[in-house]
Amino acid sequence: MQLKDIMNKTYSAWMDTSAPCTDVALSSRVRLARNLGNNPFPNHASPAVLAGVANQVENAVRQTPELSGLKVIHLSEVSAQDRQVLVEKHLISPQHAKNAENRLVILAADESVSVMVNEEDHIRIQTLLPGFQLNDAYKLADKTDDYFESRLDFAFDENIGYITACPTNVGTGLRVSIMVHLPALVITGQVKAVLSAVSKLGIAVRGIYGEGSEALGNMFQLSNQITLGHSEQELIENLASVTMQVIEQERSSRGKLIAEMREQLEDRVQRAYGLLNHARLVTSQEALKLISDVKLGAELKLIPEVNGKTINELMVIIQPAYVQYLAGRALSPTERDAGRARLIREKIRTGREGNEK
Amino acid sequence: MLCDKCKKRPATVHITKITNGVKSETHLCGECAREEGELTLISESTFSFPSLLTGLLQTQAGIGATMPIHNHVSADCENCGLQLSDFTGKGFLGCSHCYSQFGSKLEPLLRRIHGNSVHTGKVPKRLGGKIGITREIENLRRNLARLVSDEKYEEAAVVRDEIKALEKRLSDDG
Repeated sequence: MQLKDIMNKTYSAWMDTSAPCTDVALSSRVRLARNLGNNPFPNHASPAVLAGVANQVENAVRQTPELSGLKVIHLSEVSAQDRQVLVEKHLISPQHAKNAENRLVILAADESVSVMVNEEDHIRIQTLLPGFQLNDAYKLADKTDDYFESRLDFAFDENIGYITACPTNVGTGLRVSIMVHLPALVITGQVKAVLSAVSKLGIAVRGIYGEGSEALGNMFQLSNQITLGHSEQELIENLASVTMQVIEQERSSRGKLIAEMREQLEDRVQRAYGLLNHARLVTSQEALKLISDVKLGAELKLIPEVNGKTINELMVIIQPAYVQYLAGRALSPTERDAGRARLIREKIRTGREGNEK
Repeated sequence: MLCDKCKKRPATVHITKITNGVKSETHLCGECAREEGELTLISESTFSFPSLLTGLLQTQAGIGATMPIHNHVSADCENCGLQLSDFTGKGFLGCSHCYSQFGSKLEPLLRRIHGNSVHTGKVPKRLGGKIGITREIENLRRNLARLVSDEKYEEAAVVRDEIKALEKRLSDDG
């Protein structure tokens, strides 16, 4: 498996629509922050220390049979453009893409596991599964953590647990999050009330690209706020039970919309579908908005010929770096919008043909 | 209004700049604003997470603490040389030793962030042994209390036996 293979395929394991609750929940993600004993944290470390950490982690992967399926990638050997694609695929953070020297990302071929080395902490294990599968995503991360731990000496304190560079992650080092699509709550004007209630329960709400990003295309990311003082299981259960309530609210709003405003809703989703099928210039923001409408239409069976898998793939291929990656060169904004519009039309067509077969 | 730069898309970003008393106005679309770097300029708020942390550390010093910080906490970390002021500037500690070095300063901060300052979750297997078992027993006890209050006595009995077995292992290990 090469990095190019991962980048070339637009379909990732998290896009599978047979997982639980994919009508509202797109993906479940778990992150564990770990650090190596005496080494200064990446923000405070010399290049020699960073290289040493990267080397130790790389050796751990090579020596552990259970980890041998993972591909170790040195970010310094990846172009800035391609690193941006990894960000758009949610495999590395924007911060990790910035400083490439002595930084690694360790990937599973299906993108369900990605490990960032020398980001904010020495090691950040991330897992990503489709739909509402917080427990399974944690199990996968926990297992991966055990394998690394069998080779590496993680900093741990009896009282405050796993040690991290920032005190907000200390303890479990666990961030468990779920991406939800809430168009009906947005249309009916309830989303603010629901999300502000959620944030009172120790849950953080963010936009689609994590910290500091806006909620584009009615996508929201819910995650645990605190990491210390509760077991992993308790943190996951708290997020899961709150998320389930949000999902129910969204479903009931969808039910109301279709019962009371069917014509307006049908008009809205068909217009969005028409634009995606025929527009010649589309910005990424406009695309995300249209995709949200079409996704809602597909979930409510108003546009039966579009399947959920195609929509999930669209969300990745419309991103600026990916459009340029597929073009094989840097593009002007207009070229990018034209390229994006073409990619969208092609993807919808092949998706439709796939359905007919 | 159309974007001043591309003259195609509608202007959605309106920038008023005052340089040396001279006022200039620019109207850009989102795409061009991003290219010009104007969007990051305006969306960057003066509020930052490290400044919040610093604020928290300082209010602690203000309330209740009559002694200056360095009277009871060493000024820099023996392992990595980080000073507490570096932490408050960046929001990151220097290494795992910093937590014990600055312990008395950080503990109240941790309680403020997490509402708690004691870890009750996973323990690395290599340390596992006693800590792991003690933790497990604590978690099972909490679970047991929940099951009893829910009147799930059969499940509670299973958990009780698990606790007994773990306690026996703990005392056998000496």
